[in-house]
Formats: sequence, structure tokens, C-alpha cells
Amino acid sequence: MPDVPPTTEAYLLLSGTMFAIGLVGVIIRRNMITVLMCIELMLNAVNINLVAFSHLLGSLEGHVFAIFVITVAAGEAAVGLAIIIQLYRLQSTINVDDARELNG
Amino acid sequence: MTPAFLIFFITGTLIVACSILVVAMRNPVHSALFLLLTFLCVAILFVMKGAEFVGAVQVLVYAGGIMVLFLFVVMLINVKMLPDEKVLSAFWKGGFGVGVALFVIFLTIVRPGVYHAPVANADAALKSVVTPTGKHRRHHNPDGSIYRTRLVRRETPGNSEAVAMALYNDYLVPFEIASLFLLVAMVGAIVIGKRVLGAYEEETNPDFILEKVETEKEVKEAMSA
Repeated sequence: MPDVPPTTEAYLLLSGTMFAIGLVGVIIRRNMITVLMCIELMLNAVNINLVAFSHLLGSLEGHVFAIFVITVAAGEAAVGLAIIIQLYRLQSTINVDDARELNG
Repeated sequence: MTPAFLIFFITGTLIVACSILVVAMRNPVHSALFLLLTFLCVAILFVMKGAEFVGAVQVLVYAGGIMVLFLFVVMLINVKMLPDEKVLSAFWKGGFGVGVALFVIFLTIVRPGVYHAPVANADAALKSVVTPTGKHRRHHNPDGSIYRTRLVRRETPGNSEAVAMALYNDYLVPFEIASLFLLVAMVGAIVIGKRVLGAYEEETNPDFILEKVETEKEVKEAMSA
């Protein structure tokens, strides 16, 4: 069965672009909330890959792992945002560069 | 150009544009809204590849849950105190260099024709549930011996049922560990985000008021003595 036009390669390129954009955001942004959003972007790019390969191979493992990735993303967002709120209470800043003292 | 490719092209363009805007927007509220649009477009891509259940989870959990959490936190934090981004600094250019390098690596790996065509019944396989029936079929070998194969029943109820069967049969232990992980994450978020007893709560606390009265009494006795 030939691959119909939105091919697996097109999906992989799209997810690669999304992952690279997310990585650039994680590196260059100083706003902690935006950095967390860029991490979500990268996790979502990986999910696109998993679903595309799942369709290519005709197996459901990719879907299951995509659901696990979404679970991990939810937990990571909750804990990360709690840390950001606590840092804002303590130091009145959400700048990544200001969060260099680990003793609170 | 097929309609499927047209939909993919439009959604893909939207995804890339919105991802760039998530990174580029200065106000985190704008970033969050563009991120929401990105998640919805990704859900469309999931449905196009036969992953209806993952697409639904994407809309429910990401667009409904995580984005609301982000917007709550953005509202809690004073937008006037945004950190100044070091635009066009050496660090900034280095970050762009890393991103472009990673993209070039992806481009060299993923070329058209690298991967084989999808397996013949990919769409049906993502919707079908295979269950053993408990019966066996007997086969006769040419030399007279007999071997048995298990008979399975193959149904195609839909993608959600198929994912559920995979999740509760083959991936039951990871599934339970995921629930434990969510519990730990919830407790951790509550403990970390809990407010230390602040000034207002302290003043309305009965113990604090009693202590204050006793301190004043001691101070008066010391003054009169």
C-alpha cells in the first residue's frame, strides 16, 4: 500500500520543526512560564512522531506511549508551575537568571 | 493535491506559525493562547493518522487542563514585572544556532523515501481488537504429526476500544505506575505551592493573639517594676 500524500516523512519533518522551535524557546527565553510552555511544545512534537510511526507500523504501541507522554506532561506542568509560584512569592521574579540560589 | 494533503498543509503551516509565535510573544497570555491553537491543530493531525483517542485526550487534557493551569498561573503573576529578554545578545544567537543545527540534523535523517510504505491494513489494525477464543485448530504436517494454533477473534470496534485493550492488557503495570505518578505529582504540587502562614493569617490565629496579650502583660510588668 503506497503512502498517501501526507506521508510519514511530512509528519516527521513537521514534528522536527516544532521540536527545534521549542528547543530554541527553552534556550533563549528568560520568562519561566514561557520556558515551561516551550517544553510542552517539545513533548507534543514527540507525540506527533509516535502517532505517525504507529500508523506506519500498524501497531497501537505508539498511541499508548503518546498517552503516557501526555500524563507525564500534565504532572510536569503542575509541579513546574507550583515551583514558579513559590519562586515568585519568595523573590518576586520569574526570571530564569535570578533563580540561581537553591536555598530559597 | 488531495484534500487530505491540503488539510495537512494548512494545519502544518498553522502549527509552525503558532509555535514560532509562542516563542516570540512577550506577554505570556498571548503565548498561552497560541499554544492552545497549536495543541488543537496537533489534535487534527492525530485524527488524520487514525489516532482518534489520542486526539481526544490531547484536546481534553492539553487544551482543557494544562492550558487552564498555565492561564491561572499567568493571572497570579504580575505581568508588569516581566523579565527583560536579552534580544540579539550572543547567548540569544547561540540558542538560534543550536535550533538550526538540530533542524538540519533532522533534515539529513528524514528524507523522502527513507521509510517503507505503511503496512497493508494499517488503518484497520489501529481499530481492531484481537482476543483469544480458547479454541485451537489442528494442523497436519506432511510427516503425520499434528500441531495446534490458537484461534483468535478479530473485531474492529474502533480506535478507543483498541487503545483500551492495549492499555489494560499489555500495559497494565505502566498504567498503574502512571496513576501513582499523577498522585505523587499532585501531592508535590500542593506541598510546593502551599503558602507559608502569612502575616494576615498569623494575626487572626488565636495562638498568636494570646501570645501577643501575654507579651504586652510582661512588658507592662517590666515597666512598672
